[in-house]
Amino acid sequence: MIGEKEKNAIIRLFHVYRHYGSKNALIDITLDVFKNEFLFISGPSGAGKTTLLKLLYLGEPVSDGQILIDGMNLSRISRNRIPYLRRNFGIVFQDYKLIKTKTVYENVAIVLEASGVKRRMVQKKVNHVLRTVGMEQRHSAFPPSLSGGEQQRVAIARAIVGDPKIILADEPTGSLDSESASFIFNLLKGVHTRGATVIIATHDKELIKKTGGRVVYLSSGRLEISPYV
Amino acid sequence: MIRLFYKRAIQDIRENRFLNAVTIITIALSILIVSVFALFFINTNDLINHWKKGIRVMVYLKTNTSEARIPDIKKKFEEMYGVSEAVFISKEEALEQLKLQIKSQISLLEDLKENPLPDAFEVRMIPSSQSWEKVETLSGKIKSLPYVDAVEYGEKWLGRFTNIVNLFRLTGYGVGGLFFMAAVFIVANTIRLVLYSRREEIEIMRLIGAADSFIKIPFYIQSLIQGTLGGILGLGILFVTFIIIASNVEHGFLPGSFQIRFLPPAVFISIVISSMLVGWLGCYLSLKQFLRI
Repeated sequence: MIGEKEKNAIIRLFHVYRHYGSKNALIDITLDVFKNEFLFISGPSGAGKTTLLKLLYLGEPVSDGQILIDGMNLSRISRNRIPYLRRNFGIVFQDYKLIKTKTVYENVAIVLEASGVKRRMVQKKVNHVLRTVGMEQRHSAFPPSLSGGEQQRVAIARAIVGDPKIILADEPTGSLDSESASFIFNLLKGVHTRGATVIIATHDKELIKKTGGRVVYLSSGRLEISPYV
Repeated sequence: MIRLFYKRAIQDIRENRFLNAVTIITIALSILIVSVFALFFINTNDLINHWKKGIRVMVYLKTNTSEARIPDIKKKFEEMYGVSEAVFISKEEALEQLKLQIKSQISLLEDLKENPLPDAFEVRMIPSSQSWEKVETLSGKIKSLPYVDAVEYGEKWLGRFTNIVNLFRLTGYGVGGLFFMAAVFIVANTIRLVLYSRREEIEIMRLIGAADSFIKIPFYIQSLIQGTLGGILGLGILFVTFIIIASNVEHGFLPGSFQIRFLPPAVFISIVISSMLVGWLGCYLSLKQFLRI
């Protein structure tokens, strides 16, 4: 019988393993993430935080175990359904992953264009989200001309423009100064307030302290769950 | 959405101008070579058909055929199916014609003690019977007559010529096929280079939820544009060359009323469609391999 709490889980991992040859990156991960939760995945470098996030959006395959995303079992998903799975996520990558040959506007718009959103609506939504992240003045700039903080804002804009259910952020404040980091954090809190589930992989203790969200700790690929703060 | 794909295809072409120009020129050259063969075959077929129309059957009578029988023989030929007229050429007339044809070497004939040429009939066909098969049937019938020594209708040289043209046609198919494949592989390679240079962008598009079709369709549009432009360019070069040659060919060079012509519209359109197919196929091979993961 599925309990009330489990019914509210948007992400469920059951005994998930990920290994590369003989090296175990993730070992026996069992975890539930609830709707509209603000969750931190913490741990030292090499603990498996990025790998865990990658498994959620099928950036890499699971070696063993099951992952359910909003009731959908990832091991049963066909190749041509993967893009539709990924539209449930807004992903903020550690290295931003902005397309260098496209402008700020185009980088954000492509998420909506790929989903078949009409041009007028694309314009409206992109302009709105660029205003939200404070990048509307730089809409025609190319990523190489932006600072780290600006690129991160564009990355967040791209992650949230499609109103996804789940935001995955990998070290979103990694190389930023405290002011930029604070701005980024507030953006993510804002998204959470509007109903999204937010999962942040980070080793930034200051960032974790700012919120009352749950923290799970990864160490050498294993999970240590701490109680709610 | 198709407008967006088209816009992206044009953007890609602009960003990779040199690569696209090389591909279009390669397709154009392949199309040009294949079209030259096509133009050659169309015109030689026309020429062969033109020659076939002017077919006359020469019937050589046996030497012991008496002059009194000539009117009956003429009537017999003219009653045969497909014959419009049978013109008698006596051996004396034939000798005079021969003397006219070899004027410069007439001394060869001066020492002849008797006329070696036979009496003959030139049998002319009605227009509807001027086909190779009907002439062959008629000649067979005439040859079986007891007073006929030999029948000629130019079958040997025309037959040989047709065989040579058919051999060229087969060679043309082979060469055309090879150039088609070469062009496909060159297009595939161009697309592969573009895909490789944009692999990061493609990976990001996939991560943000772009379906394979969203990534592929602009490339297909790009390759169709390359194919179309290549085809039109190749045929354009051929047309200009044809005009130059046709305007410089003397009227007397070609037999009778025969005129060379350019490719008919149906052939022209099928060549352009083939060049679009070259582009599409090259793109398909590249994308199939590159987006397999």
